[in-house]
Amino acid sequence: MAQLEIQDLRLSFGGLTALNGISLSVDTGEIFAIIGPNGAGKTCILNCICRFYHPEEGRITFEGKEITNFAPHKIARLGIARTFQNIELFQGMTVLDNIKLGAHVHLQSGFLAGGIYWGKARKEETRLRREVEEQIIDLLEIQAIRKKIVGTLPYGLQKRVELARALAMRPKILLLDEPMAGMNLEETEDMARFILDINEERGVTIVLIEHDMGVVMDVSDRVFVLDFGTKIAEGPPEEIQNNERVINAYLGGSDAAFSKLGM
Amino acid sequence: MSPGMLHFVQLVVTGLVIGSVYSLVALGFVLIYKATSVLNFAQGEFVLVGAYICLDLIMRFQISFVWAFFLTMVFSVILGLLVERLTLRPLIGEPIITVIMVTIGLATVLKSIVTLFWGTQIKVFPPIFPQKPLNYQGIVVSQVYLWTLGFALLFMAIFALFFKYSRAGIAMRATAADQQASQSMGISVKKIFAISWCISAVVSAVGGILIGNINGINITLADFGLKVFPAVILGGLDSIVGAIIGGLTIGILENLMGGYLDIYFGGGVKEVAPFVVLVVILMIKPYGLFGTAEIERV
Ligand SMILES: Nc1ncnc2c1ncn2[C@@H]1O[C@H](COP(=O)(O)OP(=O)(O)O)[C@@H](O)[C@H]1O
Ligand SMILES: [Mg+2]
Repeated sequence: MAQLEIQDLRLSFGGLTALNGISLSVDTGEIFAIIGPNGAGKTCILNCICRFYHPEEGRITFEGKEITNFAPHKIARLGIARTFQNIELFQGMTVLDNIKLGAHVHLQSGFLAGGIYWGKARKEETRLRREVEEQIIDLLEIQAIRKKIVGTLPYGLQKRVELARALAMRPKILLLDEPMAGMNLEETEDMARFILDINEERGVTIVLIEHDMGVVMDVSDRVFVLDFGTKIAEGPPEEIQNNERVINAYLGGSDAAFSKLGM
Repeated sequence: MSPGMLHFVQLVVTGLVIGSVYSLVALGFVLIYKATSVLNFAQGEFVLVGAYICLDLIMRFQISFVWAFFLTMVFSVILGLLVERLTLRPLIGEPIITVIMVTIGLATVLKSIVTLFWGTQIKVFPPIFPQKPLNYQGIVVSQVYLWTLGFALLFMAIFALFFKYSRAGIAMRATAADQQASQSMGISVKKIFAISWCISAVVSAVGGILIGNINGINITLADFGLKVFPAVILGGLDSIVGAIIGGLTIGILENLMGGYLDIYFGGGVKEVAPFVVLVVILMIKPYGLFGTAEIERV
């Protein structure tokens, strides 16, 4: 069943058309990759879903509900979480505080009283801490840096913390914007493993924007290829790998292209 | 203690008390700046309106100070909400200079309303705190000063706890740090803006009541708000700790400069001193003691 559906999305900045009538549909539980050269419009799609950008045309529905005119914070409350291409963590706060902010949405006690240690608020806080500590921090293997200030951490770890924060929102769908960019081989492999774990163990749908073709071909169920704001192909990885148009448009058809596509 | 030393300590203590009220109001100013990037030039008018409302409740309606104080807080929350909703929310995304002009306009409007209702005559609060001076080893401090200091510190402590531990406080800090990320965590930025204006109006009103109790009030109480600028410039526009330290420092400095230099200038040094300090800070440390360097200077 389609969980997230985008129909005929159009977005432009002045004279520049960033998205030229994009339609796609993501099924519950799958890993859906979006690839394409820099400037193709991948991040713009996420920003339209999150309502940071307002498309001129098109409809976006999530679980059958039209969300095209929702306020940005309401989108998050529906269970749509994301990470950013250029890390957007709260740099001055600790790792733990960052992650707990992700769980903010789910606290039921009063907005003003929450966190002051009494009654319901206290119980919730304890439950939240346990969930964050035992599940998310463990899963992403960041126990050692829990108390560190985010701004002092190396890039690769910050990316991981950002994923942890998104996960604390208990999302139904996770939009990841280049989660492996700038990582070394080992970090990339770890990240790929985390994404698969999150998808399999927690049943979270994943939309993955990524340049590392090896990873994309390995983990995705389906791949969507974008170029200059237009879809040029969509299908299972093995099909995309052999698609003439993709090879030409995406990488100029050179030999290097074939190796980059993992062939 | 020698008489010279005694004079010095006396000046510092009095300065500290007034400075604590500057800190409180400065805190309101910085809060709005941090959360919404708006420089609120109507901060002094929040002080003014708060003080008059409280005074009127006591004098005209004959209710007790505690109730008047409480109702003034409620009124300030409403004032903060109204100002945010009616004048600032429609301006989200407008150039910074437009927003500044609007807050200056707001200041004028609030001041005119006060003049309309209460005139320009100086009015005196009925004594709320005991006035009898206390004498500690020759340092003489009126009890009302100590109460003022106590109240100002109390409100700053409440605010600090709120900002550090409450969920709204944490959400406010997150919004100040990164608006988009906060929204993608489900935080409503509009709600955060509204809360910021409310808190700012409330702490300013508390400041107005405290200072009104010491000096009496008339329209020039709004100028008190102007002294917040040297305080926040000294502390750094976006630093809560800076606002508190800046306020205390300006209070002490102006009192010392007034105390020692008035005889050479025939008075008024106290009124000018904070702004001399302001200019000096802008020359040597334009981002203040605790401010962030990339802040836009206007
Ligand atoms: N806020 C913006 N203002 C102007 N142009 C933008 C903005 N955001 C994206 N663009 C333009 O839209 C196009 C698509 O950008 P983006 O979605 O970020 O590409 P990518 O596929 O690399 O993520 C680019 O040409 C980019 O310059
Ligand atoms: Mg991008």
